[in-house]
Amino acid sequence: MKKRNYFLSCGLALSALVFAFIVLGYFWTPCDPMKMDGSVRECAPSLAHLMGTDKFGRDILSRVMKGAGSTLFVALGTVVLGTAAGTLVGALTGYFGGWVDEVLMRVNDALSAFPSFLLALVLVSVLGPGRKHLLLALGIVFIPSYARIVRTEFKRASVQNYVKSARLMGASTARILFVHILPNIWPVLLSALTIGFNNAVLAEAAMSYLGIGVSPDEASLGYMLSDSQAYLAATPWYAFGAGVVIILLILGVGLIGEGLQRREL
Amino acid sequence: MDDLVLEVKNLNAWYRETDARGRRTRHDVLFDVSFELRRGEILGLVGESGTGKTTLVRNILGLVNTNSGEIIHYTKRPQMIFQDPLSSLNPARTVGWILEEPLRIYGKYDAPERKRRVAEIVRLVGLPADCVARRPRELSGGQRQRVSIGVALIQKPSLIIADEPVSALDVTIQRQILELMRSLRDEYALSFLFISHDLNVVYQLCDRVMVMKKGRIVEQNTVAELFANPREEYTKTLLAAAD
Repeated sequence: MKKRNYFLSCGLALSALVFAFIVLGYFWTPCDPMKMDGSVRECAPSLAHLMGTDKFGRDILSRVMKGAGSTLFVALGTVVLGTAAGTLVGALTGYFGGWVDEVLMRVNDALSAFPSFLLALVLVSVLGPGRKHLLLALGIVFIPSYARIVRTEFKRASVQNYVKSARLMGASTARILFVHILPNIWPVLLSALTIGFNNAVLAEAAMSYLGIGVSPDEASLGYMLSDSQAYLAATPWYAFGAGVVIILLILGVGLIGEGLQRREL
Repeated sequence: MDDLVLEVKNLNAWYRETDARGRRTRHDVLFDVSFELRRGEILGLVGESGTGKTTLVRNILGLVNTNSGEIIHYTKRPQMIFQDPLSSLNPARTVGWILEEPLRIYGKYDAPERKRRVAEIVRLVGLPADCVARRPRELSGGQRQRVSIGVALIQKPSLIIADEPVSALDVTIQRQILELMRSLRDEYALSFLFISHDLNVVYQLCDRVMVMKKGRIVEQNTVAELFANPREEYTKTLLAAAD
């Protein structure tokens, strides 16, 4: 009988909660997140405004619900893009070695030679603001680290006899890479994925904090955090709302990652 | 000689190595190896480690390019059974998936037909029917080796190359696996190239034996002959060591 995996169940429960919160925000928010109301500026949390209001009298709970969606969109997109491209590069370099490895990994090295933040900054300033561009920039920045992890795993797997055996069956290279080897590196990939997701949430927050992330009308959590900084002493609840959701989001996914890793052992 | 499955003629093999100073040196591994293997024959290959057995296998399987000499396959490409079945069976997949994979790649049968063939092979190699849902590491060593024999068999080869297939198993299980291989040979006229360092096992199973030393085949004879009158000094030492 297996020991109960509390990490996994807690992580799933927490993530489901945050996810439900975000999905709900997509369809319904207590107030219009963009509506300004001069009569309720900088209100402390109350029954009418559960998380209070900001300096323009906008309902913070509604803004957090919308903003978390932006953050999740960018973080998920980043992870999907970074993992897909990173897995492809890592699989090819790890399996083939030789000049494929040399060429792709030198490009990879060049990419990771930039401080990742600087690279994202450059890309966003070239592409322009907006969450799609932010997603693209962060995705590209995330490729090298995934590629490296995946490459090591494929390198290790490609000398195993089960790969040799697949080749003797006449399996195509693509089949060997993604049907035979990939399932074996899932555990490693998954934990890299959850860490990557958390990094992406934080990176999005940091970029928006610096004002080069999402555009103001898409207000993400990071954007709200940076916005709240100036009023931290006067309206601490503003920072609190956005901060707590970021923490819950990261905690949930982190616990899932931890739980998955333990399950494999 | 119309019943040959494999013929190796004057095979030489070497590899090049570049040392730290960039000088390329040539290491010779196989010297003028020639032999043939008939349908339904179990040919043993003995020799100490580092003598070129693995290189010979890699050449026969076509995993490396032949340097010089000729390897003629009279049938489809041979299949391989490895020493450690745990590493040759995909650890992330179930036994059923592993057995079905060659059929999927082959792409000639629909799903129900593939399942039927897998069940047939499972019976043939003497595995319990419920093992298809399990993963390799949940099976015993003997069962795993039965699975890898099944993977080879499901591709209907004429020749199976077995690289130390029983040396990781204990003696009773060894006997069962050897028995299985012999019955497969009898029933389907399969040929085996059986690589081992254990002369007792070779004596039990093989029809003919080749003795390899430092990349050369030094002696080649029927099992009875070779064990009764070893001609080469080296064979005598091997036999003495086995007793």
